[in-house]
Amino acid sequence: MTVSTASTPAPALVREPEGRPQRKGASGLLAVPALAFFVVFALVPLAGAVVLSFADWDGLGEVGWAGWRNWSGVLTDPVTGQALLLTLKIMVVSWLVQTPISLLLGVFTAGTQRYRALLAVLYFVPLLLSSAAVAIAFKAILDPNFGIGGAPGLGFLAQDWLGDPDLVLYVVIFVIAWQFVPFHTLLYQAGVRQIPTSLYEAATIDGASTYQQFRHITLPQLRYTIVTSSTLMLTGSLTYFDVVFVLTGGGPGTATRLLPLDMYLTGFSANDMGGASVLAVILVVAGLGLAFVLTRFSGFARMSSEQEGL
Amino acid sequence: MGVAVALAGAAACGTAGPQASGGGVASAWIISGVTEKAFDNSFDAWDSAHPDQKFAIQSFANDPYKQKIRTAVGAADAPTLIYGWGGGVLRSYVQAGSVDDISDLAADPALKGRFLPSVAAVGQVDGKTYAVPNNGVKPVMFYYNKDLFAKIGAQPPATWGEMMALVPRFQAAGVSPFAVAGQPKWPLLPWFTYLVDRIGGPDVLNGIVANKPDGWSDPAVLQANRMIQDLVNKDGFIKGFASVSTDSGADVALLYTGKAAMTLGLPATYQTIKTGDAQFVADGKLGYFAFPAVEGGKGDPADVVGNPSNYWSISAKATPQEKQVARDYIKSNLLNDQYSADLLAVGNVPPVAGLDDKLAASTDPAYFRAVYDATAKAPNFQLSLDQALTPAQGDALLTNLQQVFLGQITPEQFSTAMNATIGS
Repeated sequence: MTVSTASTPAPALVREPEGRPQRKGASGLLAVPALAFFVVFALVPLAGAVVLSFADWDGLGEVGWAGWRNWSGVLTDPVTGQALLLTLKIMVVSWLVQTPISLLLGVFTAGTQRYRALLAVLYFVPLLLSSAAVAIAFKAILDPNFGIGGAPGLGFLAQDWLGDPDLVLYVVIFVIAWQFVPFHTLLYQAGVRQIPTSLYEAATIDGASTYQQFRHITLPQLRYTIVTSSTLMLTGSLTYFDVVFVLTGGGPGTATRLLPLDMYLTGFSANDMGGASVLAVILVVAGLGLAFVLTRFSGFARMSSEQEGL
Repeated sequence: MGVAVALAGAAACGTAGPQASGGGVASAWIISGVTEKAFDNSFDAWDSAHPDQKFAIQSFANDPYKQKIRTAVGAADAPTLIYGWGGGVLRSYVQAGSVDDISDLAADPALKGRFLPSVAAVGQVDGKTYAVPNNGVKPVMFYYNKDLFAKIGAQPPATWGEMMALVPRFQAAGVSPFAVAGQPKWPLLPWFTYLVDRIGGPDVLNGIVANKPDGWSDPAVLQANRMIQDLVNKDGFIKGFASVSTDSGADVALLYTGKAAMTLGLPATYQTIKTGDAQFVADGKLGYFAFPAVEGGKGDPADVVGNPSNYWSISAKATPQEKQVARDYIKSNLLNDQYSADLLAVGNVPPVAGLDDKLAASTDPAYFRAVYDATAKAPNFQLSLDQALTPAQGDALLTNLQQVFLGQITPEQFSTAMNATIGS
C-alpha cells in the first residue's frame, strides 16, 4: 500500500472543522480482523514452536525443560545437515527444471495455433489432482515389476526408481515438476497475453526472426512474471511435503528426507516434539531469509510497468 | 512456513477432534478394515443387551488413528477404550499415567485363561496388566508358491543353509527367490528380527528392548545383518525391491503371479492373495512354513516374530461409570464365541484358548490351524521391534535397517547408530 502524503491532490483530502488537513483512507481498525487472525494462527503458534524447541516433550505426559539440548542434538545430527542440503538441492534443481518448461509452455499456450486450447487443457490437468493422488499414482507407475516398465517396448523404464538412493531425488523432482509446471505455465500464459501485439508487429516489419522476437521482446516483457513465478517456486520448495511423504516417506534410508519431512517424522513418528520444533524454527528462519533476499534483490518490491513509453 | 505453523499449532493445542470422554458415555475408537465388522457386531450386541450403557463408537483408518490417538491421550481426551499395539507406546502411556492398571480384571475368573498366554503377556508392563487382546494373531511366516517349488523339485527349507541353496536354483529357473516390499521399510524388519532370534535366541532381543548398553553390538545382530547383506548381494530379493511398495499388494502379487518363489509376511499376505487371486489359494498352490533354523544358532525354531494382537486399554481419564461399563464389556463380551467366529470369518485367528472346534469348521482349517499353532506353541512371541521400542528408536531402526539392505551402511555402522539411540 502506498502512503499518500499531503501533496496528494484534493480528492484524498478533506478539510476538518479544525482546519487541519488529514489523510482520509480506510480506518486502521479495518485491519484488526486480519491482524488478529494472523496473530492467533501464525504468531502465537510460532512462539509456541520456539518455546517447545527448548522443551522435552513426547506428546504425552509432562512437558519438561530441555535447555539447549534439543538445539545441540539437532544441529549435530548429520541428518539435519543432509536435510538442509537436500532442500537446497531440490530448490535449485526444481527451479532449473520447471522455469524453462513452464516459460516455453506458457508462450506456446498463449499463441493462436490450431488445437492450442485442447493442448492447454491437457497441460492443465495435473493441477486439478490432489498431491496424494499424484504420489500414489506415480508409485504404481514406477513399480519395477508391475509398473510402466512392464509395458511392451518400455522395459528400459523398469528401473529401481524409488529404491536407488542416487536416483530417487531426481524422480521426486520430476514428479513435483509434473505437478507444478501447469500452474507456472498459467502464470506465463497470462504474462505473454499482456504483451502488446504492436511490439511484435514492429519487430516483424524490422525483420526480426521468431527467436529474436522471443529473446528481445517476450523475455524482457516477462521479467516480473519470471520474478513472481521464481519466488513462488523457491519458497514453495521449502514446504514440499505431501508428494514426497506419500511417494518415498523420506527414503530409501534418508535419501529424500527434506527439512519439512524431517520435521514431521521427528515430531509425529519419533514423537520428539522438542527436536521437531527446533527444525520448525530453522525452517521458518530459512523461509523468512529466502523471502527477504528474493524481495530485496529481485526488484519484487519496486515492480513497475515494463510498458513505459508505449 | 505453513507446515511449521501447522506443527506448532498441533503440538501446542492438541485438542482437535471429537470430544471422546465426558458425558458418562463410554466410548471406543476402532480401526477400519477387514476386522471392523467383528468389532461393530460385538459392540452392537453389548448395546442391545445394555440399552442404558451404550458405547459411542468411531472408526478410523490405521495410520491416521495412530497419530490421532497419541494427541488425544496427551490432551486427556482419549476414548474410554484405547486401541493399541502393546510395546513401547503402551509403556509410554503407563509412564504418563494415561491408562489404568487392570491386573485385577485380567485375574478375574471370567477372563483368566480366555487368551493365549504368549499373546496376553504383551499387554503387561513390569508384571502388571494394562491391556487385553481384542484382535486376531499376526505371526510372520514364509509363504511360498508350490508350483515354483515343484518346478525345481524343492521342499520348504528347514535351515538357513538349505534356503540359501535354493537361491541359485530358483535364479537358474528364471524366478526371483524372495519378494519383499523394501519401500515402506517395515516389511524388512521380520528378516532382521527372525535372524537375530534364530542366531542369538530371545535373550538378545530382550536385551535390545530393555535398552541394554551396547545391546545392538551383540554378535547375533552383526551376524544377522551380514547374512542379510549376503542375501542381497546374491540377488536373493526381487530386482528393485527397494522400489516395491505394499500399496495394492504389489509385493504379494509377485508370489501368485509366479515372479517370486517366497515372501516373509503377516497373515495379511494370505488375505491379500485371497483378494487378488482366490483361485491360487483354492487350488492349493499357496504353501507356508516357519522361518528356518540357523545352523549353530541358539534360537528355538518355534519362536515367532510379528504382532501378537491388538489390545484394549482403559483410559485413566475416563469417569468411574465409563470405566465400569468398559470393564463389564471386557469381562462379558471381549473375544466371546460370536466375536471369535466373526474374526475367523474374515481370516483372522483370535488369540483365544481352546479354539480347536472353530478352527476345524473354518474355511481353510489347515492354514488357520498353522497360524494358531505358531502362536499358541511359540516359546517366545517377539512383538515387532518397531512397536516394542520407543517410537524414536523404532523410527531409527527402520531407517538404518533399510540402509543395511541397500548396502549403504555396514553391519558395524548399523550397530553403532542404533547403540546411539539408547536413552533417547
